[in-house]
Amino acid sequence: MSLITEGADIARPADARVEPSLADVGDYLALMKPRVMSLVVFTALVGLAVAPGHLHPVIGFVALLCIAVGAGAAGALNMWYDADVDAVMARTADRPIPAGRVRRGEALGFGATLAVGAVAVLGLATNWLAAGLLAFTIFFYVAIYTMWLKRSTPQNIVIGGAAGAFPPMIGWAAATGGIGVESLLLFLIIFFWTPPHFWALSLWRAGDYARAGIPMLPVVAGPAETRRQILIYSFVLAPLGIAPWLAGYAGTLFGAVALAAGAGMVVLAIQVRRESGVAAAKQLFAFSILYLFVLFAVLLADDRLGHLLGRSV
Amino acid sequence: MQQDDENGIVLTEEQKRRRRARSIAIALALGALVLLFYVLTIVKLGPGVLNRPL
Repeated sequence: MSLITEGADIARPADARVEPSLADVGDYLALMKPRVMSLVVFTALVGLAVAPGHLHPVIGFVALLCIAVGAGAAGALNMWYDADVDAVMARTADRPIPAGRVRRGEALGFGATLAVGAVAVLGLATNWLAAGLLAFTIFFYVAIYTMWLKRSTPQNIVIGGAAGAFPPMIGWAAATGGIGVESLLLFLIIFFWTPPHFWALSLWRAGDYARAGIPMLPVVAGPAETRRQILIYSFVLAPLGIAPWLAGYAGTLFGAVALAAGAGMVVLAIQVRRESGVAAAKQLFAFSILYLFVLFAVLLADDRLGHLLGRSV
Repeated sequence: MQQDDENGIVLTEEQKRRRRARSIAIALALGALVLLFYVLTIVKLGPGVLNRPL
């Protein structure tokens, strides 16, 4: 006999109903935002791999697993808190909580358990600086971004973007026990990449955000100002992208690719500024994902090449 | 779901299937954690794992 059947006879208010969970395993995976998690894991992997020194592969794997689970925990806690706004936005209405498959309390318990577990195991497996950074990242995403900034300022994704920028720094800290200038550069690249990426998306999702009462930049300041700010941030991002090469932390291969990719971002941002439709914004959004992936992939390849050729990176 | 005061809550076949899937996933996750902690301990301590006073 199951616990649910046994517990049903316990006295409770007449109108209270114990609803058995309808959640499937896939719903719990969806709570962890796997697509966001994949980018987090990839950037953390690069931060971990390009860091100086040697980390045992098993410990490196555990570190990445903890970062992935920590990111998933932050995603679940975000969905717990944002269930009300998710329900009114077309993009998020089918998430497990607004769709009624997972209760908010279940998501809260799931996210909190994963967060504590990921931080504890990362601390025991690597070091407590990396664990502290992971804990701060989860706190920043959930408390600072989700609970506070997202609903109160159009600068929400600018400041909140820091949460997405920490993973390579956590990977670096896991490998070295410290925070180097190189990992700070990787942080800054993702930090300045976030606004053009999300604002491009918000240009054609402004109606959704307005309905949900989220003060995204196009909703509050209008599309023209958003397009202007996308261009400004792209102009800052392009030189930051080549900074690891300029600072001598990466080779010519990385410098060339970063220069070309940065130019691509700026050209698309100029098109977004000039055109009134959303076609250019959609192009920029898609390219921005490619930009970050290529930049980090080439940084990793350049580092491996440097090791093969005996160059100190 | 059917609610009956005498029989308690009776799960539908779909609810039973989903609960079983969740239970299997939890079991697999716990098994993976046991394996992970075992391997991690060996890697962290190396031969020192056997070096302790009896």
